[in-house]
Amino acid sequence: MYPARFEYFAPSSVDEALSVLERYGDEAKVLAGGQSLIPLMKLRFASPRALVDLNGIDGLDELYEDNGMLNIGALVRHKACERSDLLRKRYGVLADAAPQISDPIVRNRGTVAGSLAHADPQGDWGSALLAGGGQVQVRGSDGTRTISLDDFFLGPFTTALEPTEIVTWVQVPEPGPRSGGAYFKLERKVGDFATVAVGVHVSFSNGKVERAGIALTGVGPRNLRAESAEQALAGHELDDEAIGEAARLAAQAAEPRDDARGSAEYKRNVVRVFTERGLRKAAERREKQ
Amino acid sequence: MTETATEQAVYTKQLNVTVNGQARSAAIETRLLLVHFLRETLGLTGTHIGCDTTSCGACTVLVDGTPLKSCTCFAVQTEGSEITTVEGLAPAGGLHPVQEGFHEEHGLQCGFCTPGMMLTATALLAENPNPSETEIRWALSGNICRCTGYQNIVKAVQYAAAKMREGS
Repeated sequence: MYPARFEYFAPSSVDEALSVLERYGDEAKVLAGGQSLIPLMKLRFASPRALVDLNGIDGLDELYEDNGMLNIGALVRHKACERSDLLRKRYGVLADAAPQISDPIVRNRGTVAGSLAHADPQGDWGSALLAGGGQVQVRGSDGTRTISLDDFFLGPFTTALEPTEIVTWVQVPEPGPRSGGAYFKLERKVGDFATVAVGVHVSFSNGKVERAGIALTGVGPRNLRAESAEQALAGHELDDEAIGEAARLAAQAAEPRDDARGSAEYKRNVVRVFTERGLRKAAERREKQ
Repeated sequence: MTETATEQAVYTKQLNVTVNGQARSAAIETRLLLVHFLRETLGLTGTHIGCDTTSCGACTVLVDGTPLKSCTCFAVQTEGSEITTVEGLAPAGGLHPVQEGFHEEHGLQCGFCTPGMMLTATALLAENPNPSETEIRWALSGNICRCTGYQNIVKAVQYAAAKMREGS
């Protein structure tokens, strides 16, 4: 199973990478972990003329907090997130999602930013990061722009990224001291895509919900935010009634389809159950801080 | 004719890597997958091609000590790396403790998944010399055995772990 021929570039800086993209436009693809792109190229769903491998660029594998923002570089692998104490302590929704992505060998290689750029509606990072209020920093030859993930995902495998741009950083606002999150995923077996998954992140203030982020995987043409459920929670205590209502609204926001992984009705119900569990877990994790 | 030569140059790279401790160099097509480089260019057929879709782990090799699926990596990406395949596990004239474990605990039936299993296990033990059964199963969850031999594979890794702790 050979991919079509391509010119290979291994730039040592983002600027150098951008100059290749300028030259080839939409005939070039950016390669980070390659765990989605290489399978696509082997199947010839993608046949770029040029491949721009980011792996030789220094500094893009960093994961750190700075100025109120968590920064995840374009070469941060799923495995680094799985092992990060910082994520475990402060970003429950991300820490939960990381070890549930694909399998351990793929996680050694695949990246967070690459997963977002691939924009598979069944991708886990999209929902985990939407719940956390995430955004991407994108570099083009004209400079840097920031795109919220809400605006970044346009549809299945489609993003707001221009062919001449690179996602250099993924960012999540630092949660306040009283916050918690969780990611629940149902998969048929290790390495399968989600039948359904739900990411939840809640910040509290004076015992009430200040901001709730709820996002759904595998039940729509892109990672979906359950905005009505988020809004219903804001300003309220996270009691049984509020949790039940938010779970109902999240299930309503889902756009599931019947497929080999389950019926639409079943998936909608899993959204409800996972939203409820996610919110309870988020509250529990807040208590522990 | 000159066009063909130029074309070839564009799609070809000189690759320099260390495979099982030996420096290897070859002019390869950029689209050559690492697994094909190992099997066809170098003739190291111990690395198997199973699913060819990043699912089964039969083609797992170590690149700078980290397991990766060699069907999902271009050989050109490994420039300057140290690669370990199953052929590089054993010291001369002996068996690696992981190989001994698979032998002693009947950790294989057909053997097709075994090279990938052993390399993943080797990387696990390098990092965690005394893994629990859960940690072993978790680490091996990207490697599929179709003979359903997981019970003995786990025992094989436990055997190797004990043996390596003894030796160290």
